[in-house]
Amino acid sequence: MDTREKDIEKLKDYKYGFTTDIENIKAPKGLNEDVIKFISNIKKEPQWMLDFRLKAYERLKLLKEPNWQKPKYPKIDYQDLYYYSAPKSMKDKPKSLDELDPKLLETYKKLGIPLQEQARLNGIAVDAVFDSVSVATTFKGELTKHGIIFCSMSEAIQKHPDLVKKYLGTVIPVTDHFFATLNSAVFTDGSFVYIPEGVKCPMELSTYFRINASETGQFERTLIIADKGSYVSYLEGCTAPMRDENQLHAANVELIALDDAEIKYSTVQNWYPGDENGKGGIYNFVTKRGLCKGNNSKISWTQVETGSAITWKYPSCILKGDNSIGEFYSIAITNNHQKADTGTKMIHLGKNTKSKIISKGISAGFSDMTYRGLVDINSKAKNSSNYTQCDSLLMGNKCGAHTVPYIKNKNFDSNIAHEATTSKISEAQLHYCQQRGLNPEEAVGLIVNGFCKEVLQQLPMEFAVEAQKLVGISLEGSVG
Amino acid sequence: MSEQLQSDFDKLVKTSKFSNEETRFKKNFLNNFIKKGFPNRKQEDWKFLDISQIIKKSISDLSFFNDYSQSNKIDPSIFVKDFEHNKIIFINGRIEKIDFNFEDQNKIEIIDETKKDISFDYENSLIDLNSAFTDKVFKILIKKDYSLKKPLIIYHSINDKIKSTNINLRLDFELGENSCLKLIDYFTYNTAKNFINIFYNFNLEKDSILKNYKIDKFINNNLKYSFNNIEQDNNSISETFILSAGSDYFKNEINCNLNGEYSSAFINGIFSLKKNQQHEIRTTINHLVENTKSYQLIKSVLGKNSKSAYQGRIFVNSKAQKTDGYQLSKAILLDETSEFNAKPELEIYADDVKCSHGSASGSLDENSIFYLMSRGLNYQQSKELLINGFLMDVVEKITDVEIKNLITNIIGLKQ
Repeated sequence: MDTREKDIEKLKDYKYGFTTDIENIKAPKGLNEDVIKFISNIKKEPQWMLDFRLKAYERLKLLKEPNWQKPKYPKIDYQDLYYYSAPKSMKDKPKSLDELDPKLLETYKKLGIPLQEQARLNGIAVDAVFDSVSVATTFKGELTKHGIIFCSMSEAIQKHPDLVKKYLGTVIPVTDHFFATLNSAVFTDGSFVYIPEGVKCPMELSTYFRINASETGQFERTLIIADKGSYVSYLEGCTAPMRDENQLHAANVELIALDDAEIKYSTVQNWYPGDENGKGGIYNFVTKRGLCKGNNSKISWTQVETGSAITWKYPSCILKGDNSIGEFYSIAITNNHQKADTGTKMIHLGKNTKSKIISKGISAGFSDMTYRGLVDINSKAKNSSNYTQCDSLLMGNKCGAHTVPYIKNKNFDSNIAHEATTSKISEAQLHYCQQRGLNPEEAVGLIVNGFCKEVLQQLPMEFAVEAQKLVGISLEGSVG
Repeated sequence: MSEQLQSDFDKLVKTSKFSNEETRFKKNFLNNFIKKGFPNRKQEDWKFLDISQIIKKSISDLSFFNDYSQSNKIDPSIFVKDFEHNKIIFINGRIEKIDFNFEDQNKIEIIDETKKDISFDYENSLIDLNSAFTDKVFKILIKKDYSLKKPLIIYHSINDKIKSTNINLRLDFELGENSCLKLIDYFTYNTAKNFINIFYNFNLEKDSILKNYKIDKFINNNLKYSFNNIEQDNNSISETFILSAGSDYFKNEINCNLNGEYSSAFINGIFSLKKNQQHEIRTTINHLVENTKSYQLIKSVLGKNSKSAYQGRIFVNSKAQKTDGYQLSKAILLDETSEFNAKPELEIYADDVKCSHGSASGSLDENSIFYLMSRGLNYQQSKELLINGFLMDVVEKITDVEIKNLITNIIGLKQ
């Protein structure tokens, strides 16, 4: 067996489908003011934070779940979920990694994220979020030396309240859509990053999210602030155990780039997609939005979406500063009964703003994949430009691939170009590869990797290898 | 508004000779419309240009009653000159004349569809309004193997005797096997502010060809909505050309079902807009069986305060392998106040297909202007030449030479 086959053997079934037996503290089931107060209380939050949550909750009562999206899902009973679940041993937070519950460390080792050793070798600082709370952050010392703050959201609320207060909710306000507002009301933890003025973050920052407990929703909130002239590259990975019921994941991610700053945000999302009959799996309803607040700032989103029963997210850029740049690179792969409705929004407000969208969708089996995007060039956004390319690849005639771009140009100095194609892998290409000794599956793998190359190139090295493997594995058994 | 609708409807029933059954049908449509009202931006199809707001803003005294029992005088000066053609003349929504003088009368049949249920299954309250207030519905049948010798021009005109501010009209066409119809919709000049609601239903049998040209060139204050439903059998071809330039508001909607193998649909459109005009083209092409083809090309030239929108949707059924679908929309924005919106949409459930779309918008290319000016043209001339070429590209797609020349002259393009 060559290595690739071994990989496939190992990963054929969802590799991350194990659960960890850890005692949990949970908030009472249901969504009400008491639960929100319970969460706020257990995290020892200041009054302003509780007010923020309650304000969102008040607003939430007025909102309805959106229903315009393509993938429909059975109604979620929001009163039947646990909104807070934390490993018991975390109640008194360990001071260092050595004090961590060994079972937790074991879990992360299984996930391929040894928090202690390997991270150091790779030179990636990791923040791990288990169910609802952040359990460990590595590499603190090194980062502190540069003045970089990389910690869990709860810690940031305690230690850096002024920064959190200043920026939290400025990109995704509490009055946003249903799921974002739900998150504002009940979010439990997440990562907080602050890069001070002029600092280039010396290593990749990374967060691993894991849903472990059953019947829990995961609501994490990430806030990244890049101060003037700074640079940061941030990675995010997600897994969850195999369960028959659907679990909800509704995260909010806010990015803020000030003058001359650059944020690169990469995601490899591999939540449990459900079994081949479409049973179980994660509902991934995430709100990600970046604000290029300062002049000459840049935000770049890269995502590889292979997991989740339903993915429904649109990482967006608001290009407010003059000369700011927004980028979006995406690969979305759906197989079996997975459904994805994903894309981006590029809102051009400042002068000379530029944006680029490259989206690659691959659907196989009985799945459905939609690219939905908005390019909006405001009348003040002089001399702006956008380039969009979205390609879809179909495998079999039981699946669907859709493209729904919205294009609004209100400025005559600006240019928008949009291209989209839908096709299947051509017989000629397959024939060529097979003639040279590849079996059909390898041939498809090769062609798909070529199809995705433009996006894979954008990923940091360590992630690119993982993503390339994922692409191959996600399409297992879809050929022929 | 519902009281007005109700009382105008009662007046209509009183003055017209509808059968009881017909009145019952119409009453149903009326109630549907009263329930739904005009479409608004909350509906996805009306997202870009909200007709309920536009009507509210521009027509203050909305009324629906037209007396179809009184005939109107035909003003021959509206006819297209030096061009032999058959005529259907609508004045104030009433059919005044159907004239197939150039044709073999045995090959064309005009059928009163009064007795039939004319309901049409489509999510659109304007169709309900149309069905409730339209006069008698006629079907024009072109018999097997007959190609019309001359094009048919439908004149849409309004005179000063009109009482209401809303006109609804409907025609059904049936093209028998191997027949051919060239149809021109011609909107004449008028200053009245009306909302005109047109609904055509085409049924194309095997090997038939439909060519429909909609010409809205002369500046007028009307708000127009036109809906074409086209059903296509094996090997049939439909070609639609839209010149959208004259009205204050004009939305052209085309729903095309490619039900037969090797059928194809072509849609070409030009927006040439000036002051405060708001126009839209929305197309839905449903590829339902194997080996069908569609092609769409829409170009906009947008002046001050004008706004155009293009919503194109290609749907490919899982059975419809070997589909070829293409959409291209391009826009030139001439002023800082002009706006272009597009939503080219692909919905695909079959894998062996070739579907693509493209959309581009921006200002006139400065390099090209520089090139022309360096060769002695002034700025204005260079600009005009570039726009001429940009639009000529769409006109060139017209397959009928005679009509192509007519339209080129009407738009005022140079070849």
